[in-house]
Amino acid sequence: MGTELNPAAVNPAVVKPPSMAQGFNAMLRRDLVVAFRQRSDLVNPLFFFIMVIALFPLGIGPEPSTLQKIAPGVIWIAALLSTLLSVDSLFRQDFDDGSLELALLSPQPLFVLVLGKIIAHWLVTALPLILVSPVLGVMLYMDADTIQATLCSLLLGTPVLSMISAIGAALTVGLRKGGVLVAIIALPLYVPVLIFGTGAVEAASMSMAFGGQLAILGAFLILALAFAPFAIAAGLRISLNG
Amino acid sequence: MSELLLHVKGLSCERDDRMLIRDLAFDLHGGEILQIEGPNGSGKTTLIRILCGLSDDYEGELHWRGQPRHRNDDRFRQEHLYFGHLTGIKTSLSPRENLRWILQLKGVGERGPALDTAIETALEKVGLASYEDVPVYALSAGQKRRVALARLQVEPALLWVLDEPFTAIDRKGVAELEALIQQHASRGGSVLLTTHHALDIPGLRKLQLGLGGGQWALN
Repeated sequence: MGTELNPAAVNPAVVKPPSMAQGFNAMLRRDLVVAFRQRSDLVNPLFFFIMVIALFPLGIGPEPSTLQKIAPGVIWIAALLSTLLSVDSLFRQDFDDGSLELALLSPQPLFVLVLGKIIAHWLVTALPLILVSPVLGVMLYMDADTIQATLCSLLLGTPVLSMISAIGAALTVGLRKGGVLVAIIALPLYVPVLIFGTGAVEAASMSMAFGGQLAILGAFLILALAFAPFAIAAGLRISLNG
Repeated sequence: MSELLLHVKGLSCERDDRMLIRDLAFDLHGGEILQIEGPNGSGKTTLIRILCGLSDDYEGELHWRGQPRHRNDDRFRQEHLYFGHLTGIKTSLSPRENLRWILQLKGVGERGPALDTAIETALEKVGLASYEDVPVYALSAGQKRRVALARLQVEPALLWVLDEPFTAIDRKGVAELEALIQQHASRGGSVLLTTHHALDIPGLRKLQLGLGGGQWALN
């Protein structure tokens, strides 16, 4: 069979043009499998998120009114920092083992592969945070509406954060120590997401409508999905050129 | 003469204010094997990265099958196979999973069982018959290289670009790989490789780099 596939070597017309879905699926599935085999990488951001939020009541004091007031900011900033913490590993391993070179040279468009990679990364690093956030919300005396708003805003906002930090990670993956640089590149771009994310949660905690803020977060997400993969692909090409 | 695949003209490359390659020109036809030779630091890997499209830090012309490379980039990507210093093998995955990923990325049409049998045959041929599902980190250094070399058995490609393919491979493996390279050439494919091994291949062409000032020699 192995040699039967190979006649394509001589007559490449045998090879079908690659489908984008195939490349996307291949990348997504491989990255999920790799993540589940290296569970410590998976648990780190979640643990960081829980620890930061659990330490706030200890540091500030257990009064419900204070905690309620700071809860949106605390949850959002913890989510933001844990995204930043996990993003350095996004392309690092692939860069070190050479599979990034293979992805770059493959007939698949790089932005499709990058999208698959980021979605896999979001699923293993950000989704668990979102799932535990209601529990942490209860700990910070959030009411049901506020918790709902937190969930929605994180669901819309964290993928944007992942995309933005991936641009930084792509640009710095070729450097020996790019850790701080990613933060400097990504943090200014995080700010709008943070403002509207906490805005939604705050509005909900004052029993006001928060649909507007969510709509803006949704717009950010669409914008990021449409443009970030191209920026990331270009960043990776620059990093590997040398 | 068989089809002209790769046509390089006036290719120059500078690194750190040092002329690595000056005005390089060569043609590679189907069925030809070209060995790039030169001392360490003479620009072998740099040249290979330029030819594959990983680096665009050069001046000059590159043609693939009669058209400028940047214009038929898609076709070139589908028709070449790059085997670098870094093999692209993930250590937490098994050889089977690694090869499947590489083939899917290449857009190989086979699916499911057909792909699996092809991968199994390839792994058997590189001597990893019972290691298909062992994580790669549990394999020896030579076996890891063999996982990557199994690509040559299944991945469809016209041009093989191999950067030091013989590293960490035992004597028997070297002979097998030499035979495989000749087989590929006899089927009309062509091979570009760098190695310090003295290859026992009839009709081998050699490109000597690092003769000072970016000079080179082709024989």
